[in-house]
Amino acid sequence: MNMLKLPIYLDHNATTPCDPRVVEAMVPYFTNAFGNAASRNHPFGWQAEEAVDYAREQVAKLIGADPKEIIFTSGATEGDNLAIKGVYEMYASKGNHIITCNIEHKAVLDTCRNLEKEGAEITYLDVKPNGLIDLAALEAAIKPTTILIAIMYANNEIGTVMPMREISAIARKHGVLVFTDGVQAVGKIPVDVNKDGIDLMAFTAHKMYGPKGVGALYVRRKNPRVKVTAQIDGGGHERGMRSGTLNVPGIVGFGKACEICLQEMESDAKRISQLRDKLENALLKVEESYLNGDKESRLPHVTNISFKYVEGEGLMMGFNKNIALSSGSACTSASLEPSYVLKALGLGDDLAHSSLRFGLGRFTTEEQIDYTIEHVTNTVNKLREMSPLWEMFKDGIDLNTIEWAHH
Amino acid sequence: MAYSEKVIDHYQNPKNVGTLDKGKNNVGTGLVGAPECGDVMRLQIEVDEATGIIRDAKFKTFGCGSAIASSSLATEWLKGKSVDEAVKIDNMTIVEELNLPPVKIHCSVLAEDAIKAAINDYRKKNGLEELQFEESPVH
Repeated sequence: MNMLKLPIYLDHNATTPCDPRVVEAMVPYFTNAFGNAASRNHPFGWQAEEAVDYAREQVAKLIGADPKEIIFTSGATEGDNLAIKGVYEMYASKGNHIITCNIEHKAVLDTCRNLEKEGAEITYLDVKPNGLIDLAALEAAIKPTTILIAIMYANNEIGTVMPMREISAIARKHGVLVFTDGVQAVGKIPVDVNKDGIDLMAFTAHKMYGPKGVGALYVRRKNPRVKVTAQIDGGGHERGMRSGTLNVPGIVGFGKACEICLQEMESDAKRISQLRDKLENALLKVEESYLNGDKESRLPHVTNISFKYVEGEGLMMGFNKNIALSSGSACTSASLEPSYVLKALGLGDDLAHSSLRFGLGRFTTEEQIDYTIEHVTNTVNKLREMSPLWEMFKDGIDLNTIEWAHH
Repeated sequence: MAYSEKVIDHYQNPKNVGTLDKGKNNVGTGLVGAPECGDVMRLQIEVDEATGIIRDAKFKTFGCGSAIASSSLATEWLKGKSVDEAVKIDNMTIVEELNLPPVKIHCSVLAEDAIKAAINDYRKKNGLEELQFEESPVH
């Protein structure tokens, strides 16, 4: 009999647990096989290098790349920085214009903002209300000075999957490079850098049941050959693009995680999306609840729902000892600004404050989903009983007619 | 961020959730905050006209756990106080009682504002001059 173990983890877009098979693969590389992969003159180094080479193949295979195109990093934030800053510097003679969109991860947005200070021109495209990029607007934004289009593969808050092939086709037509933050997509849905026309892609192990602190940047080697200026100088590791002693155990774990994803992605996605749909359908039956993002083009394990007239953080407090998930509300931040991603979809601040993100994973069970449905629904109902907005709504008062004391 | 036990207790067992009859002359209603800010509090007092004592207080709050706890606590404190005493409730005493962290101080400010708004509504209804308050610095 399955005993339900609490707390339940439904925040897999934030991070995932290491798969035990990943940990098992890593362990020897902490103790016996501890060598530095750059030590070329003794068996310890050879052993480490061999392990890294093998992992590089595993990682490359998952995304249809050549192993030589994989640059190991500390994670996707570093990969995002290296790709965008590295291209900006490397292609300075060609132009200074980069196109991105306003629901990118902060690692992309803040990198772009930083480059603006150095003279880059950045276009931040708005997304459509379903969270997808407007391809016509993208093409219209391209100019002779455009060197890079940086659009995420899938969004971390709402799980929408961008039309990468269409984006890259437009980029190709205009001779512009394509970078994508693949963090949420790689390992969850099929990503193929050649079929998808991707020139650079950052991704990370800890979102796909690998360890934290290791990631990769894919850098295309032919058609076209892409180069990035190194952002960390040193011993010239990783073809000179990323110096620093390689995190061998982490890389081994990353490789194993990629291998498992390649084998199990399809069956995982099928099972997890069924659970996600069960959760989503049940929660959308709650009165005045709304799905955020596109229902079709999205990751199999994510759903983001707003429960109108209750506040997200208050809502989570009703069950966060037992269910771990995220809210688009930002009641803890000094600015009190709700999620910029949800606002970019055109959601009012009230709906953005009322949102919950559910991220299911490889180890999520049906019992956990049943428990979540029951407790989230109960808490929504309980909080609505003490919500003045709910009372006004039920009394037929249009909240827009009230003059709120904004503070 | 972990909540204090008192906040959790008020959240789980909120005191005085409900609605008083706005139409009554001895009921004062304060509605403060805005949905866009993620906090709306409605606080109501019912005053015994003979004694000037607040004999009942109710709230409804849209907001985080600290906002719910601040308003729940405020209603507890209001009951049994005279209107003149109630007006002196300071947000910092709510902060201390609930152990609110700095990012949640605005919840206590909102509760103080709701008390004042309810009292002024009561005064207005009863032909008394509305009290003037200094703008709270923490908004």
